[in-house]
Amino acid sequence: MVSFLISRLLSALFVIFGVSCLVFFLIHLVPGDPVEVMLGESSQPADREALRVALGLDQPIWVQLLNYFNGLLHFDLGESLHSKRPIVDMLMERIPATATLAAAGLVVAVVIAFPLGTMAAMKKDSAWDSGAMFFSLFGISIPNFWMGPLLILFFSLWLGWLPVSGQSGFASLVLPALTLGTALAAILARMIRATLLEVMGEDYIRTARAKGLSERAIIMNHGLKNAMLPVITLLGLQLGALLGGAMITEIVFSWPGIGQLTIDAINRRDYPVVQACILLISLTYVVVNTLTDLVYAWLDPRIRLAEGS
Amino acid sequence: MRLWFPAAIFLLWLVLALFGSLFSLTPDQIELSRILLPPDSHEWFGYDDLGRSMWDRLIVGAQTSFIVSIAVVTISLLVGVTIGSLSAFVGGWFDHLVVRIIDIFLAFPGILLAIALAGLMGPGIDNVVIALCVVGWVGFARLSRAQVMTLKNRDHVQAAIALGAGPARIIFKHLIPLIAAPLIIESTFAIASVVIAEAGLSFLGLGIQPPTPSWGSMIRDGTRYMLVAPHMVLVPGIALMLVVLSVNLLGDRLRDWLDVRTREQK
Repeated sequence: MVSFLISRLLSALFVIFGVSCLVFFLIHLVPGDPVEVMLGESSQPADREALRVALGLDQPIWVQLLNYFNGLLHFDLGESLHSKRPIVDMLMERIPATATLAAAGLVVAVVIAFPLGTMAAMKKDSAWDSGAMFFSLFGISIPNFWMGPLLILFFSLWLGWLPVSGQSGFASLVLPALTLGTALAAILARMIRATLLEVMGEDYIRTARAKGLSERAIIMNHGLKNAMLPVITLLGLQLGALLGGAMITEIVFSWPGIGQLTIDAINRRDYPVVQACILLISLTYVVVNTLTDLVYAWLDPRIRLAEGS
Repeated sequence: MRLWFPAAIFLLWLVLALFGSLFSLTPDQIELSRILLPPDSHEWFGYDDLGRSMWDRLIVGAQTSFIVSIAVVTISLLVGVTIGSLSAFVGGWFDHLVVRIIDIFLAFPGILLAIALAGLMGPGIDNVVIALCVVGWVGFARLSRAQVMTLKNRDHVQAAIALGAGPARIIFKHLIPLIAAPLIIESTFAIASVVIAEAGLSFLGLGIQPPTPSWGSMIRDGTRYMLVAPHMVLVPGIALMLVVLSVNLLGDRLRDWLDVRTREQK
């Protein structure tokens, strides 16, 4: 287990390092002179020079890279060009909103997917099954940025049940969470159906049936429990898609999270803030994925033993 | 669902994208007298906030999404398969390096890297294609690497090596034909996700720039007039959904038909 832990953590550290480097080099993709793009063409040469020095862009690239990593290790991401505030403070303000949205999306996905996937597997090849699978195909095919306006149109504008946007308590969370959670629910339901069908052919399920257990007890205690492993991996992997989707969902609903901050910063050409947001989201994803791997190994001894040896 | 429905939608998309310009389209013609007019028997899809024909804009939007998705999938496929199969075939430190690079690219969730790239490089169709290719090659590289790994010890490959064939010949003559089926299926699903990604970037204002229509930017324009002109958000959205749904259905069918049992989990 220890060697498994170490190898996983080492590879996660390497990926974190690589992601940070890639994000560092993003600013050099800005066509032409990034300082001129950020300040505008009519800016004074003196101002440009001042910003160039402030961002360290006048130094050789390896010094820039060292300074950047030094800053990262001290949780110092520099200042916003627009508001002149420390970027770390700006991120901290926005994290709760995005975390709330992502958590709510996850809850929606799990609440929809488990009954749907289980039902589809139990009544395989029935109308229920094809209905559930058709729903899930729809869920995968409807992008967030259309799902959101569609829900707003029905539930806010036509029915008047829920607020259009903003962040005012539970009611304003419902539509963004539904928007974000549907796609994940669709993918998850398919996965639950597939793994459950596989598990239900195992010998221990036949034994449970032979013991005379009810179908419900078999599914709950023996089927779902054993189908959980791949489902957990998928959840970990899909959390990334959830975070990416949260960015677009935030724009649709004017939700004041990291996604909104990123797009605002792109529009204001506040590139240090853009870099910080991208870094935060991708590092969160790496950490979550590593944790998923570890949880998986902890749940299933076969994996840690196989990899450790 | 029967195959004719997705096939018909896909063909319609294809035909409109390829031959749409044969119609006399005026997607940019502003006509103030018909601003926000709803669909009627004359103009099936109504007019937008500048009085432009939604039908004309929809067709040009179909061209946009078609061009972008074909370009992105083709480039990603070529780059990804070359890197992935070479990596598996050569092995050693090169393979390690490629796997690490793939891991790093996969650490950017979903559309995030494309948003960052398109945001920093500036909008425009070229930059959208570049941004989506940077994200897109990874899936193909991973898939072809995994496939070649399982194939490279087959007898016919070993025989080719023994006969002195070079890596390029072995990869293109002896390996890629065997992994074509999963690659075709992956490409189909990739088309669906690129269509969504292009529309997503354009929705965020980072993709195709006005006045050129894209389904994504049409949806964004529509969200401002939802109460008075819901058709502005419904029309491009339904088109987008139907195309993506059809491509996904065709991909599913193709997978059953070509009998590829183990598609990599995304």
